[in-house]
Parts: sequence; C-alpha cells; structure tokens
Amino acid sequence: MQPIAFPIPDLAPAAPEIFLLVAACAVLLIDVFLAERSRWVSYVLTLITLAVCAVMVVTGTGATVYTFSDMFVRDPMADVLKVSVCVAVATILIYGRTYIGDRGMYRGELFVLALFATLGMMIMISASHLLLLYLGLELLSLALYSMVALQRDSRAAVEAAMKYFILGALASGLLLYGMSMIYGATGTMNLEQIASAIAGTDNPKVWVLGLGVAFLVAGIGFKLGAVPFHMWVPDVYHGAPTAVTVFIGSAPKLAAFALVMRLLVTGLESMVVDWQQMLLLLSIASLVIGNLTAIAQTNLKRMLAYSTISHMGFVLLGVLSGDLNGYGSAMFYVITYVLMSLAAFGMILLLSRDGFEADMLDDFKGLNRRSPWYAFMMLITMFSMAGLPPTVGFYAKLAVLQAVFSAGFIWVAVLAVLMSLVGAFYYLRIVKLMYFDEPKDVTPILPHPDMRLVLSVNGLSMLVLGILPQPLMALCIVSIQYSL
Amino acid sequence: MSFQVLVFYVLAAIMIFAAIRVITSRNPVHSVLFLVLAFVSCSGLWLLLEAEFLAIVLVLVYVGAVMVLFLFVVMMLDINLQRLREGLFTYLPLGLTVALLMVLEIGLVLWARSSQLRDMPAPPPLPENYSNTKELGRLLYTEYVYPFEIAAVILLVAIVAAIALTLRRRKNTKYQDPAKQVSVRRADRVRLVSMPSVQREPEIPPEAGSGASTGEQR
Repeated sequence: MQPIAFPIPDLAPAAPEIFLLVAACAVLLIDVFLAERSRWVSYVLTLITLAVCAVMVVTGTGATVYTFSDMFVRDPMADVLKVSVCVAVATILIYGRTYIGDRGMYRGELFVLALFATLGMMIMISASHLLLLYLGLELLSLALYSMVALQRDSRAAVEAAMKYFILGALASGLLLYGMSMIYGATGTMNLEQIASAIAGTDNPKVWVLGLGVAFLVAGIGFKLGAVPFHMWVPDVYHGAPTAVTVFIGSAPKLAAFALVMRLLVTGLESMVVDWQQMLLLLSIASLVIGNLTAIAQTNLKRMLAYSTISHMGFVLLGVLSGDLNGYGSAMFYVITYVLMSLAAFGMILLLSRDGFEADMLDDFKGLNRRSPWYAFMMLITMFSMAGLPPTVGFYAKLAVLQAVFSAGFIWVAVLAVLMSLVGAFYYLRIVKLMYFDEPKDVTPILPHPDMRLVLSVNGLSMLVLGILPQPLMALCIVSIQYSL
Repeated sequence: MSFQVLVFYVLAAIMIFAAIRVITSRNPVHSVLFLVLAFVSCSGLWLLLEAEFLAIVLVLVYVGAVMVLFLFVVMMLDINLQRLREGLFTYLPLGLTVALLMVLEIGLVLWARSSQLRDMPAPPPLPENYSNTKELGRLLYTEYVYPFEIAAVILLVAIVAAIALTLRRRKNTKYQDPAKQVSVRRADRVRLVSMPSVQREPEIPPEAGSGASTGEQR
C-alpha cells in the first residue's frame, strides 16, 4: 500500500485558532482538578488565553494567505474582526464575573464554552468555504445555547434556551438549504470558485441561485436578528442570564458580519441585484419595527434587544450599499455597536447583585445620586446608541448614511434618520431617569476593581472614538479593501 | 427500462411511502420503525450510486445504533397520544400552505434543473480496483482535514454542554465516598464503654406474672 501523497498544509496562518483550541482543552482539563475556592484560576487562564490569542493575531504578517486546501483565509478584515472578538469576549467575562458568581454559574464549563464560542467565531471569520462557515456557526451556536441554559433553576433561562435552540436550528436549516442550492448550481463549495463559476457562465441556472440566495439571506436574517426573523431576540435577551445576554448581543454580531461579507460579497457578488433588494427589505423593517417597539418596553434588556434589531438594520444598510465605503462603514458600525452593547449590558451587570436583577428601567432612577461616574458612563452609552455627537454612534450612523446616500437610496437614508429620531426618545428617557428622578434603591455600588477599570475604558472609548473616528474608519476601509 | 432503473424506482417508492408513514402513523413506535425502513431503502439507493461504504455505515450507525436508541427513548417516555393529535385540525390549513409552498419551490428548482440535465454528462465509469472507502478516507484526512477536526470540536462541545447541563451534586443525595470509607479508623466507629457488671436475680419473664404478682414479690 503506497502512502498518500499530500503536502502538509501551512499551519502558521491558523496559529491563533490552533492555540485557542489547545488552550480551551487545557482549561477544561485543569478545571477538573481545581477546588471550588480556586476557581479563579480558570478565569485567569481564560483571560490569558484570549489575550495571547489576540496578540498572535496582531503579530501576524497582515497579508492575505490561504491554507488548508483554500478553506481557510487569513486577511486583514479577518484579523481586525478576530482581535475585536477576543477583546469583546474578555470584556464580557470581566463584566460577568460577579454576576455569575452570585448565581452559582461560576464554573469551569462556562469559561470553556466561552472559549469554544470564540473559536467558532474565529472559524467563521476566516472561512472561505461554505462547509467552514456552517461548522463555525454551529460551534458558536451550540456553545451559546448551552450557556443560556446553564442557569437551570431559572424557568425563564431554560425557556429562552429552548426558544433559541429551536429557532437557531431552523435558521441553520435554512442556511444549509441555501448552501446546498448554491453548491448544486455551481458545483463547488469554495467561495472564490463559486464567484468565478457564477461570473464565468451566462447564468443559465439563475433560478436555483436566486432561490439559494433567498434562503441564505433568511438564515443570515435569523442569525443577525433582523425583522421579520427577529422573534427570538427579545425573549432570549430577556430570559438569558444577563452575563450570557451580553455574550449573545455583542461578539457574535462581529462573526455574523463576517458571514454576510464572505457569503454575499465574496461568494455571490455577481448576484448583488438579488440580495440588495432582500437586504433592503430586511433593514427597513428592522429599523421601523425595532425602534417603534422599543418605546413600549419597560424592561431594559428587552429594550436593548429591540435596539439591537434596529442597529442590525443599520449594518445591513451599510452592506447593501454594495461598495467599499458601504462595507467599511458597516464594519465600523458593527465594531462600535459591540462597544455600545458591552457598556449598556455592563451597566446592568454592575447594578445587579445577589438575588436582584437591575433590568428594569426604574432601577436606573437617580443613578446620578448614587454614582455620578457610572451615570456619566451610561449617559455616553445612551448618547452613542441614539447617535448624538460627540459620541462614536453619531459618526457610525453618519458613515452608513453617507454610503446609502451615494448608492442612490435617498429615501432609505431619510427613513433611517427619521427612525433614529424615534430611537433617540427611548435612549434619552434613560438619561432623564438617571439625572432627574429620585433613586428608588440606595444600595452602594461596589464592583471589582478590574470591572471598574474596564467599564470606564469602555465608556470613554466611545467618547474618544467619537472625537477621533478616522483611524478606526481608515482601518476598516483599508482592511476590507485588501481583503476583497 | 434497465434493471437498475427498475430497482431505483422500487426503492424510491418504498422510501417515499415509509417517509410519509413516519409522519402519519399514529403510534410513535411505528413511526420509528418506518424511519428505519426509509433509511434501509435509502442505503439501497446509495448502493446503486456505488457508494457502498456510506450505505453500510448508514445501516450500521443510523439503523443499528441511533434508531434503536431512539426506539428505546420513545418506548420509555410516556407520550400522551391524545394530546399530540388535539391541535391537528387547527394547524392543518397553515401546515398545508407551508407544505404547498415548499412543494412549489422544490418543483421550481427541479424544473430549472431538469432543463439543464442534458448538459450534465454521465460520470465516467470507475476503474476495476476503485475503492470507495479508500477515496473517502483519503479526502477526509487530506483535503477536508480542517472541517473534519472542527466537526470533532463540535462533538466535544456537545459533550461538555450535556455534562454541564445535567451533572449536579444535590445536597441531599446519599452517595459513597470510598476514600472516606478506607481512611476510617476503628476509633471513629467503635467506642468501648466499660460497664460495671451487676449481679442480678434471674427475673421472672414479664408475661408470666400479672401486676398483682410483681407487687407481691416486692
């Protein structure tokens, strides 16, 4: 029997992923031997893993490399998104530490699942093959479903996990169905080859491709939480433990953006006319329904869920502009959205304590009396979400609107501005509650020093990026330019 | 019609019949058994496509292991059949609409494809010593090694998640701790009490004497 001749793939571009996988397994093993009181070792090891992983991504060559039979691509866009994912996950763990400790979820499995979810996101970001996009998505989703259910004594959490699981499985099914049609029409699963296969022919199989694109967009809509595929978002955000809600609401959006870019832009760019219309419908519906429904919410977690829906509408607007500026502004928007949602949920985690969830709007009443500094942080966050200058949210919205405007969708831009005005109402309501109402609850706020530091940096970063947005914007545009 | 085509149609008909019975039969055990039939006829179809290895694996893994496990679960769970059937007519119009839409979509795809089928040349005949299993293994461990590894990671996450969600040490559970059992010393369990031995008169068994007689003795 002769040996199989096959060159060993170049492992260097995938080094961060390989390290993350090995480290996650190591944390899993080490945690087994830890006593209950030395659980902090897993926490610290997880943070170190994420830091090392981010450093490994940053110190890469920055060039576009393919490996593993062209299934894995490492390009500047992937690097920027991966670093953001690592930083976001580390921030989530720092914010959630006290919260999960109070609720009996401070277990090694949570950290291991968080690391595996990070690995899933990185695989999605670096995929240049339909199979890899799907596998990365499943790895991420599976870890998220179980993290939601980890607080088993809470009926709401278990119900949220069930809803998330069933609708997530449905979305995966749609995505897979769409992928199978694309494969059937082009005969390949490699995204670059799909693009050249579609461009090369005079499109006789356009029916199959169009249907495939429709299913893919529906699956993407589910994963992003865009209307009309948004039903799961409020319930899952509300029911999940807040430390897990912030996980679902932040980092995976970066991976979902990468999914959109790889599938629609790299793979199906010739079908831009088809998916542009579909994304337009999704984003308009998301902007309208997300903003209008958020007004009626009294629960902050539900309100933020609807605000996520409207923000995803903005991201899709950027993508559907279909040019470099549009993609760049969408990427900028996603990164800043992650900053904002981390800070907003971080504030809920800060005010929550053992047996008390600070997730109602009334819990923020008079926060200025209790702690002027954190009230100021929440003020920046809300201003940024509403899109008021001088915060970064203003610039992010402006960049997307510019791209939409130059793509010729003038009425869409006008509608988006109107809906942002509606949105400003419910964000500013929180500012009013914090500064002009009497506090209902006067328990002192005593976070861990690391949380205090990270939350302050997170809040101030929105202000700094709002005043100096150019470097990040240039980074986004350049990285996409070199990746397409 | 060649013999091969005849076999294909027979197997396909059986498979479609079984698949329909899976969702229409009233007894869940029958449903599972029909699913087994669908799998077996599907593996027959794969044999026709010269994918012997996959066909055998389908029977071994799905029919042999997964479906039998499924059968056990269905038999163990006490499913209330009456409640399952309750909502049938309320959901029927919606279900039919969705089904119709899907049939329409599939029809469109098949119609678009069948007009293209002529362009697809028949696959070339395979050489005599071609091994399906070997080809599959070669692809899996060379070109597709990366997705293969990630599929393994997904299984690992499933294991971790399942254990994290179900394993819980209840406070009032009684369990044995062998380490404690071994390290126990005699002094922990046995206490020697020195009791002065007292000389006693042999007593009359209580049932023998009545209250009056005991009073007499004193």
